[in-house]
Amino acid sequence: MKHGPKQDSKANRDEGRDPESPSEFRKDRYPGDAPVPKKLMSKYQRGKKLHTKGARTHHGHVKLVQNEKKVTMAVKQAARSERLLQEQSGFMIPEDGESTTNVTQSDIVQAADITTAQKHFNLELTQFGPYKAQYTRNGKHLLIAGSKGHVAALDWLTKRLLCEINVMETVRDIRWLHQETMFAVAQKQWTYIYDNQGIELHCLKQPNEALRLEFLPYHFLLASSNATGYLYWLDVSVGQKVASHNTGLGRLDVMCQNPQNAVICLGHPTGSVSMWSPNVNEPLVKMLCHGAAVRSVAVDPTGNYMATSGVDRKMKIWDIRKFEMVHSYQIGCGAGHMVFSQTGALGLGKGNIVEVYQDPCRQQLTSPYMIHKLKTTVNNLHFCPYEDVLGVGHGDGFTSLIIPGAGEANFDAMESNPYQTKKQRREAEVQMLLDKIPVEMIHLDSKMIGKVDMKSFVERVEENNKIHFKKPMSISYEPKHKMKGKGSGRKKEQRKRGVIEEGRRQTVKELVKDKLQEGAQGRKESSTAVSKSKGVLDRFKKTET
Amino acid sequence: MKIKVLSRNPDEYRRETKRDIHKVQRNYDPKLHPFEAPREYVRALNATKLERVFAKPFIGALDGHRDGVNCLCKHPTSLSFLLSGACDGEVRVWNLAKRNCVATIQAHEGVVQGMCFHPDGRSFLTCGLDKVVKQWGISEECTINEEPINTILGKSVFQYMDHHQSENIFATCGQQVDIWKEDRSEPVRSFTWGVDSTHHVKFNPIETNLLGACASDRSILLYDLRGSTPLRKVILSLKSNAIAWNPMESFVFTAASEDYNLYTFDMRKLSAPIMMHMDHVAAVMDVDYSPTGKELVSAGYDKCLRIFSVDTSRSREIYHTKRMQRVRVVQWSLDNKYIISGSDEMNIRVWKARASEKLGMLSTREKASMNYNEKLKEKFIHHPQIRRIARHRHVPRQIYSLSKEMRIMKESRKRKESNKRRHSKPGAVPYVPERKKAIVKEVE
Repeated sequence: MKHGPKQDSKANRDEGRDPESPSEFRKDRYPGDAPVPKKLMSKYQRGKKLHTKGARTHHGHVKLVQNEKKVTMAVKQAARSERLLQEQSGFMIPEDGESTTNVTQSDIVQAADITTAQKHFNLELTQFGPYKAQYTRNGKHLLIAGSKGHVAALDWLTKRLLCEINVMETVRDIRWLHQETMFAVAQKQWTYIYDNQGIELHCLKQPNEALRLEFLPYHFLLASSNATGYLYWLDVSVGQKVASHNTGLGRLDVMCQNPQNAVICLGHPTGSVSMWSPNVNEPLVKMLCHGAAVRSVAVDPTGNYMATSGVDRKMKIWDIRKFEMVHSYQIGCGAGHMVFSQTGALGLGKGNIVEVYQDPCRQQLTSPYMIHKLKTTVNNLHFCPYEDVLGVGHGDGFTSLIIPGAGEANFDAMESNPYQTKKQRREAEVQMLLDKIPVEMIHLDSKMIGKVDMKSFVERVEENNKIHFKKPMSISYEPKHKMKGKGSGRKKEQRKRGVIEEGRRQTVKELVKDKLQEGAQGRKESSTAVSKSKGVLDRFKKTET
Repeated sequence: MKIKVLSRNPDEYRRETKRDIHKVQRNYDPKLHPFEAPREYVRALNATKLERVFAKPFIGALDGHRDGVNCLCKHPTSLSFLLSGACDGEVRVWNLAKRNCVATIQAHEGVVQGMCFHPDGRSFLTCGLDKVVKQWGISEECTINEEPINTILGKSVFQYMDHHQSENIFATCGQQVDIWKEDRSEPVRSFTWGVDSTHHVKFNPIETNLLGACASDRSILLYDLRGSTPLRKVILSLKSNAIAWNPMESFVFTAASEDYNLYTFDMRKLSAPIMMHMDHVAAVMDVDYSPTGKELVSAGYDKCLRIFSVDTSRSREIYHTKRMQRVRVVQWSLDNKYIISGSDEMNIRVWKARASEKLGMLSTREKASMNYNEKLKEKFIHHPQIRRIARHRHVPRQIYSLSKEMRIMKESRKRKESNKRRHSKPGAVPYVPERKKAIVKEVE
């Protein structure tokens, strides 16, 4: 690496001023570690600091304190490692009187160097209908598909084609799978999985007439939504269906995933947005977002904010963790497509205009960051990861726009490496499969696995407390070895099970009785406090038995 | 208008030549690493499962003795050699690396009761039921001279012996604890307390003037070489079979007791043990500490070895084989890697101290990966699924049923006590910790 740690210029100057004292007696003028700013530390801090005062024994307290020290050291090291990041993200700083909204792509291409100029291009493909576009997770390859069946996978910078096929059917949606070796195409009736050479690998009959596809990379799940209201999750690594829910909410046209907790957000014509996980049959969350139909939903990469746009020409930003509206913007016409970039910029496609807003979640904006007009309507938007590029699929083909500051400047090669070799790609695939998260862990809170399960802990403690005082009922029952025609093992097992069931029922009855008694006592106390209000229709009310 | 677009120079991200390593940029921003907790959990689960898959602790058996192995002795300076004494008086030197017997000698006419090495490793002493202590010379290649250097005839039977850490002093026990100097034929000093006999004696490796002994009146005695009378005595409920001093903590020793438990005491406060290790289902015959002082291994009459951590009361590991009968002696090798057990069926077995450890040279990547897995397992040990997998051991049927029985007995005793407490005046039945129940008395 050519970059070294930044020199402390002040120390250099001071050393120059002190020529007499020999080097070994020179004191360190800035002893100890360089201080790390608190804001930077809080960026790397996961969760709150532990209260070390709750430990019951001295030994436990010492252990907690030592652990906290280790955690703080790790946070500090991570914060200090920021100094080693090589790249800086792009920006556009307007001079006085100018605004970034008026900057066109040709201006940027002129101002930038030739490699950047290459990133803005147009693919004119008028024959096969409005196009959809998607980039791979590392931003190296692009998949474009026209509605009339043309599908092509290419390396978008060098324009080298990986494959180009025509599936001879309507293409509704496309998705890259975990790497650039496979992609899924939702065709007219069934969903197909193709190799990067265009060879059809699988035909998935189950997500019937899939309208939208989403790939959850850390779970290896391909989620698809149906015209008849079904949501279907398929495990791509094993090839088995994980869950399928009948949402009962009609045509599922609007779908996006929350990258932080892998729940699927659906938008409905009633104006509500629902969130689904494969473990639960009902929506985890149902929010009424707009007064009219929801046209598109997008979740930002930190998983904190959700942008929704409706037919009522409003775009709203919601805080998903608190389920509150943060901002509401009035936009000219409904935004049919929305997508967030890695740095939090929001790309909107309304009609034939593409607008990009910079950081709409945390600040109230008045004007878009950049605008681009196309000849035909926008069909799809996707930001290229780790690049300042926005790919737009529209009626006339594909356009790649340069949006300074949209891409994350420093990638982590362990997560996704745009410069990976074939061997690294293969190793990465193996690692991803080993780290595949089981479906049962998809929740609104992805960190739930690290939290104490208070409910079952309380139950266990209560149970434990009861043991010493109650005579434990012997649940294990050994039935008598009867030979007269009842000696068969099956009958014996049935008898055994019957007795145990009976015993269990007794204990449950007792528990319920205890609880009811407690409840009755509680109610008695509360009822005496509150006075009964007599109404005219009281005599028609059913009395509680 | 200042415009800067993100552009990377691919040369900075790709290696220059084939001989270089690949460049791997890291960015620890939490935004780029979603699902940290579930991914770590999955990795911990995989690590735990793999640990169980690779848990194959048995390395080999040293075959050769013609009678049960009664004592083992580690060579103080070399890791490859081991001395063992059998019940027919035979002493063998083994090369652990090659797993063969280097030398054999018929040392005594009866059982070889105790053996100890001189700290320089050039001679060793053996004592037996024939009331004789013999000193033998041993060469660099560990061949023993035919004739002993020295023979000492004692007045009574010797039960065990141990050598001082650095000086030319050794102690034997039998009727009483005798301190000998190597060139004398009479004991320099004798310690007695009452009319009981002692059957085990051990020198403290750190405070080298201290000695601990197990007596037949169910007590453990502490002696100081500098004083003329014994220091202290603690009487337990049942006889202790062996004691071992912690090589790292100078005042801590563990006693292996007949009541199926091990008691770790702090010498300065003998009123209650610091920890009671319970998991054996029969008497504990021998105990030895790991050179790190953090773990100990115990040999049980129930045909198994158990490895305990010093601060927990339950074992972390159990080693058993169908062919291994009553284990008499156990030693933890001085490089902290192996456990050697000697048992009644004339075999000495060598085990790995950590069952799923990979032996031999590890590359740095392997080491890093193993350290990471260890830390993950430690972090997630309290999660129910992971704990269940990590704790799972296949245990011989007899031990399983006996331990179940003991659990039921213990629970019924607890229930009885809590019932008594419930139906008597508050304070009449005090809460006594389990550890204190084992001690009968402490005597100055």
